[in-house]
Amino acid sequence: MILIYVIGILMGGGLLSLLLGQWNKNLPRWIALCTVLVGFIAFVFFWINQYHTINLRLTNTWMIDYRHDWIPSFGISFHLAIDGLSLLLLVLTFFLGILAVLCSWNDVKERVGFYYFNLLWILAGISGVFMAVDLFLFYFFWEVMLIPMYFLIGIWGSENRVYAAYKFFIFTQASGLLMLLAIIGLYFIHGRNTGVYTFNYFELLGTAIPPHIAFWLMLGFMIAFVVKLPIVPFHTWLPDAHSEAPTAGSLILAGLLLKTGAYGILRFVLPLFPEAAHDLAPWAMLFGVIGIIYGAILSYSQTDLKRLIAYTSVSHMGFVILGIFAFNELALQGVVMQLVTHAISTGALFIMAGMLKERLHTRNINHMGGLWTQMPQMGAIGMLFAMASLGLPGLGNFIAEFLILLGAFKANVLLTIMATIGLVFSAIYSLRIVQKVFLGPSERSDYISDFSFREIVVMAALTLSIVWLGLYPQPVINTVKLMVNKLAHIFPPENKNVQQENYQEIPLSTHKYLVKK
Amino acid sequence: MSGNDFFALTPLILLAGSSVLIMLLIAIKLSHRVIQLSSLLLFIVAFSSLIYIQKLLPYHIEPLLVIDGFSVFIMGLIIFSSLVVNILSYIYFEEKEESPKEYYVLLFLCTLGACVLAVSKHFVSLFLGLEILTVGLYALIAYLRVRHHNIEAGIKYLVLAAFSSAFLLFGMALIYLETGSMQFSMIAHSLTSLQSLSPLFLTGLGMMLVGVGFKLAVVPFHMWTADVYEGAPAPVTAFIATASKGGVFAVLFRFFIMIDGFRFKVVMLILICIAIASMIIGNLLAVQQKNVKRILAYSSIAHLGYLLVAFIPGSMMSIKALSFYLMAYFITTLTAFGIVTVLSNKETDAENIESYKALFWERPVLACIFSSALLSLAGIPLTVGFVGKFYILAAGLQSGFWITALILVISSVIGLYYYLRIITTMFAGQKSILPEEERANPVFYMVSIIALSVLSLLIIWFGVYPSGVMGSMEYFKLK
Repeated sequence: MILIYVIGILMGGGLLSLLLGQWNKNLPRWIALCTVLVGFIAFVFFWINQYHTINLRLTNTWMIDYRHDWIPSFGISFHLAIDGLSLLLLVLTFFLGILAVLCSWNDVKERVGFYYFNLLWILAGISGVFMAVDLFLFYFFWEVMLIPMYFLIGIWGSENRVYAAYKFFIFTQASGLLMLLAIIGLYFIHGRNTGVYTFNYFELLGTAIPPHIAFWLMLGFMIAFVVKLPIVPFHTWLPDAHSEAPTAGSLILAGLLLKTGAYGILRFVLPLFPEAAHDLAPWAMLFGVIGIIYGAILSYSQTDLKRLIAYTSVSHMGFVILGIFAFNELALQGVVMQLVTHAISTGALFIMAGMLKERLHTRNINHMGGLWTQMPQMGAIGMLFAMASLGLPGLGNFIAEFLILLGAFKANVLLTIMATIGLVFSAIYSLRIVQKVFLGPSERSDYISDFSFREIVVMAALTLSIVWLGLYPQPVINTVKLMVNKLAHIFPPENKNVQQENYQEIPLSTHKYLVKK
Repeated sequence: MSGNDFFALTPLILLAGSSVLIMLLIAIKLSHRVIQLSSLLLFIVAFSSLIYIQKLLPYHIEPLLVIDGFSVFIMGLIIFSSLVVNILSYIYFEEKEESPKEYYVLLFLCTLGACVLAVSKHFVSLFLGLEILTVGLYALIAYLRVRHHNIEAGIKYLVLAAFSSAFLLFGMALIYLETGSMQFSMIAHSLTSLQSLSPLFLTGLGMMLVGVGFKLAVVPFHMWTADVYEGAPAPVTAFIATASKGGVFAVLFRFFIMIDGFRFKVVMLILICIAIASMIIGNLLAVQQKNVKRILAYSSIAHLGYLLVAFIPGSMMSIKALSFYLMAYFITTLTAFGIVTVLSNKETDAENIESYKALFWERPVLACIFSSALLSLAGIPLTVGFVGKFYILAAGLQSGFWITALILVISSVIGLYYYLRIITTMFAGQKSILPEEERANPVFYMVSIIALSVLSLLIIWFGVYPSGVMGSMEYFKLK
């Protein structure tokens, strides 16, 4: 029930702030903050409660399962369930949700009620995506988060916002509709095979699909997820949307919306179409590597700070796709780590870009420089997150990228080597941020204020979590261990000799993933 | 005719009688307000009479009419949309026209014609219904005599409708020549043994499709649509877009189901081509438009294409998908044109997209209603349009029509662009171009807005919880 309450609270909070925003501009802020705090606390408590028992479960990785009939004539139910991966991403969602509310506290002065309404409804949509285990419901939430995001970019964005909002919406909607086709196709194939017409994920697992059809259906799902992720030829919406969105919008886009793509691949593409995914793997990894290098190069050549950070996302998401299609536990653990750490590090960079914009009224890094002397606190934190972004040991991103590369090395040596080169590029662009923004000769003589108390709280939370993840990532790894383990077992390693015996922390469980219900 | 026949025909008789009654009321020089209210009342009576005849279903009145679940549903939609059009008409015509009263007589007649289409199972009743509908529409379209566009639209519709009726008649004659009957079931009977159609029958069917295609405004018979939509008074446009198309579509579907035209490859191919062309061209043409009424006109072409996607399989699911989508389309289109009507002023309709600028900040309620309608037309979740589109895709894919489903998806992405453009305009800018004017009839203005709010609530309610309506469609059968 906690799941449905949380979505209800988010949507209700959104409506409440919309209505009360007519009278008071401060009220929506507090309502939004309370709403996300309640959700965050609820999930953190749930996580702590479950943490010790999480790995004792052997056959059932699902912690909560809530089901209610919705459109029975189609076999559609309001079916929510979470396992370790969902739980982790939900905690992340609410964590970033709190930050998003905080960092737009003074940023947004007009139509405050409608702003927080959109913000909370995006979070509701994203939470729904992470919880839904009915494919129709999943698609429903997938689309629900688009409209408020469109408004967020289109109304509160910067100069070129309308174009960016269109592009974002049309890219994601087009790819989403192809996924809808694939979902319906899968529904009918399963229905014909078994006589049970249902959108229930658990029942659709293990549907016997003729290989050539499976490939097309998988592509339908894949296209929606790789546009969201994004993978290189489909990434063009991302720099526009990220750079034009308001700070909280960029934070949510980079931190959460991109993650829904990766989550979709992990949750749906791999388990539903294992053979087809296996066939696609070399290509997907290749595009991942291209994304890593291409994103890094483009990122280096940007002068707009937010665009620069946006392209680093393209590069980092390349690692995600590389790791997912390596199909082994190491890489998959790395992927999950990457999802969390990228959300935190890139989110922090976007928040800082927003703060700089607020103070300097520009995003052009050529107009910055030497800011360290005026804002030593922000300089230090900026340095830290630039280091996190380039994968410095001791910070979360290092663990993630290291695990991904380690895992991918077993799957494809050549591509992994090329991906590793991408790390060098990431060092270059990250150092360039620090160099251009905080170091060098000072461009300005006017007074620029350093962090306010609210900003210190936001950045402290981010800093603590990225350091924590870098030094002690075990809680994250433990939480998703079982899920990743199951996933990796769908794909037996081809070369038995190099099986990952040396990674002792993950017990190899013996059960099959494709258990028929 | 027996008593039961009369009972089954109550809705039609009520509609016909209402038009006479309104004419008498006009004769004794009652005010516009009284006429409008009494016609509203009569529409409600006609609508509720549909509930009373439920227990008779299915009921055949040989050889012309059949009253079954499907036709009652379609009649319900038609009468409902006339009712909404009727509500919206008061403020629209009150300030523009000195003698708006005869309008209501025509509205009843058109509604009657559309309802006859929905229940007919014979070429004669089909043609009668169609002519009652179209002749009424000639006058309705050109009702605002002083506007240039109005006359142009009226003439255009007159010429093309007459032309298409001729095609339809000739097609029927050819089919009659071939099969010796004008009754759908008899035609079906003479076709049962055939594996492929004879050239004569095919020509007849083709000509009928041309005629019906004109009425439905599917590509390549769509040329008149934008001009007529633009020229006609906004409430009349709403009526053309919904009731008149719904009735024609219902009878076309009944005809195809009864003669089982879905097994003939050639016919299917033609229908698939029409569907694909309508979806793509309708959406593409709308992209360039700056006039909201024209955008909605082209979007209605595309929506008829979507309907054909569900039509083509001709399966059990098709009936349900079509019924559901028609309902979604009716509610949504009425809402959209309702907003255009409410925003129109004395001189011009609110058709220029610029006049919607900053609507979100000036009249948030209207803007929200319009957005819900546009999002529903675009097929975004939480709205009834999404469920409808899902239903259509499901109907198409169930029978393996991947091409049409794929085209539907691609073209609806194009469609998204222009719907979003209207929404973007509504929240762009700070000041409205529309001057803030005193409403002559604040009460009726409020009533219209309340009616539109109810419609937009329906859009969201059926989008979130469609199973109730779907359940009532379970038992629709046409054969």
